[in-house]
Amino acid sequence: MHLKYESTLREPLVDGVKDYHQVTEDIISPIEGKPGKLWYVGFFISLTLLGFGAFSVFWQIYFGVGVWNLNKTIGWGWDITNFVWWVGIGHAGTLISAILLLFRQGWRTGVNRAAEAMTIFAVMCAGQFPIIHMGRVWMAFFILPYPNTRGPVWVNFNSPLLWDVFAISTYFTVSLLFWYSGLLPDFATVRDRAKTKLRKLLYGVAAFGWTGSTKHWQRHEALSLVLAGLSTPLVLSVHTIVSFDFATSVIPGWHTTIFPPYFVAGAIFSGFAMVQTLLIITRKILHLEEYITLGHMEAMNKVIVLTGSVVGCAYLTELFMAWYGANPYEFDTFFKYRAAGPLGWSYWIMMTCNVITPQVFWFRKMRRNVAVTFVMSIIVNIGMWFERFVIICTSLYRDYLPSSWSYYRPSWPEVGFYMGTFGLFFTCFFLFAKYFPVIAVAEIKAILKTSGENYKEKMEVYEEESAEKFAHDVAHAH
Amino acid sequence: MAVKKFVVGLFDDEAVLFPAVKKVRTAGYKLHDVYTPFPIHGLDHAMGLRETSLHTAGFIYGITGTTTALSFMSWVFNVDWPLNIGGKPHFPLPAFIPITFELTVLFAAVGMVMTFCYLCQLMPGVKKHIFHPRQTDDKFVMVIELTEKTNAEEVKTFLAAAGAQDINEQKAEAGWWFGRYDKDDEPYLRKIQTAANA
Repeated sequence: MHLKYESTLREPLVDGVKDYHQVTEDIISPIEGKPGKLWYVGFFISLTLLGFGAFSVFWQIYFGVGVWNLNKTIGWGWDITNFVWWVGIGHAGTLISAILLLFRQGWRTGVNRAAEAMTIFAVMCAGQFPIIHMGRVWMAFFILPYPNTRGPVWVNFNSPLLWDVFAISTYFTVSLLFWYSGLLPDFATVRDRAKTKLRKLLYGVAAFGWTGSTKHWQRHEALSLVLAGLSTPLVLSVHTIVSFDFATSVIPGWHTTIFPPYFVAGAIFSGFAMVQTLLIITRKILHLEEYITLGHMEAMNKVIVLTGSVVGCAYLTELFMAWYGANPYEFDTFFKYRAAGPLGWSYWIMMTCNVITPQVFWFRKMRRNVAVTFVMSIIVNIGMWFERFVIICTSLYRDYLPSSWSYYRPSWPEVGFYMGTFGLFFTCFFLFAKYFPVIAVAEIKAILKTSGENYKEKMEVYEEESAEKFAHDVAHAH
Repeated sequence: MAVKKFVVGLFDDEAVLFPAVKKVRTAGYKLHDVYTPFPIHGLDHAMGLRETSLHTAGFIYGITGTTTALSFMSWVFNVDWPLNIGGKPHFPLPAFIPITFELTVLFAAVGMVMTFCYLCQLMPGVKKHIFHPRQTDDKFVMVIELTEKTNAEEVKTFLAAAGAQDINEQKAEAGWWFGRYDKDDEPYLRKIQTAANA
């Protein structure tokens, strides 16, 4: 009998007949084999996109920020939209690995590794935009408070843009440490079963000499728990601070107190959608359907419908406040230039994709349908991109002075830069899927005997028993 | 670093491992370590290991971050270069909160991970003796150190009775050394070879 007991009413988290060794085989063997044709095709496309992105950035740096279609009225366009979009996507990984760990949600073990990897790659993409947007990127280090020869002149600690520098870099560092400390035991598993010398050498270096000693596991558990505890307020703070970039300004449509919770909900919403997109492809290609089950997808779809509805509420609250607040500028921004006006179409794309379509997930059949989930995950990400575009551009393009009213469409280097970050993201993800254990092997083994299908079947005997007898048996098992 | 002799036994099931650990401790053998492929809750208590103080270290790193951020920002705004920013106060505590929070988290996380690596001797390039290659796969490996007083044969029979399989005796380096995992070298073997060549 196992030490822990989980009701058979709960769906198994690992399907099929598994023992510890089978789990290792299933997850590690794709690393040891040759990648399939699809992998090469995907990787090549990603590299091409990355190359195009690098060329677009080169073009912008060589000729100056004027090659973008930003103008005096619209100073933030695709670049900041993409920055907020990528940072938002990055939030799901930490939410899954940290908040769900604290809430003791067993299903996180199947998806946390890939979601955290996605977080790190998404934040890498996000960071490019504000830096390149500076124009003179070679002076980007001016944002750091270091003792310089110009006085020293320090940065302005009152500025939300500087808070962002600290928030994003801390978030990236902590996510990376959390991810890598979880990877150590799994790298050791790859190392100890490696047949080739090169693999033994490389994974030996990557595993830092992990052995699986009980004392080390005890410290590892303590570390994971504290890192989860630290990451939980961190993940909420990061998008809160991103929203401060807008909320602390005096632009109608930005200057609202609802922004922090609204941004955090939106970030989780888009992040989970991206996790779904990636995992549906990954589980199919690497044959991990028994580890990333329909139950996992259903749980994530529930989060999507919840956060989507929170975001929908926020949209309606904004409209209400624009009317009730009796500020003519805010009223005009929302009712004349957002929901209507030359950029009004983007508002309605946002509303459709974020508020209306995700409602299909109220139905269990839809939540458990792979094709519907895949399509929805892409729709949600399109919607969330438009949300950021709407917030940024529809607030800026009609400002206080009608003579400076303007319109905005991106130029090719702006689009190319965005495509390039897709290239970076997917290049990293393809390498991750090939060379890293995409599922936390050790964590799956730890829940296998309580949540594996073949072990749960054995539990049916105990379901019949009285609770007292079960408690008595556990207490006297050893 | 020291070369020691060990008796190694493999377990398949944690339900057998737990009573075996208890038996080893009551029998008074020197339990070197138990290597497991995943964390087993309660095994540290069964082995009599003390609670880790990594949490406390994390707390200390965290408050170091808090004080660093607050004192640095107020030093910059009040002492080093007092600048009038829109008539705002020189110690705007609410505006300092985001950076203070971020640095608290950053210091705590980086400090804890570094302490963790230091305590567990984890670093790229570090090598340790692996008693059984499947200790990171599916086997629970119990390692008992042989002292002058213990009889190897006695320990082997004892482990077999406790439910261990594949019991064997190993002479190995107990600590860590700098090495590569693609080469089968251990410091004490290197010494033997140099002695033989000379």
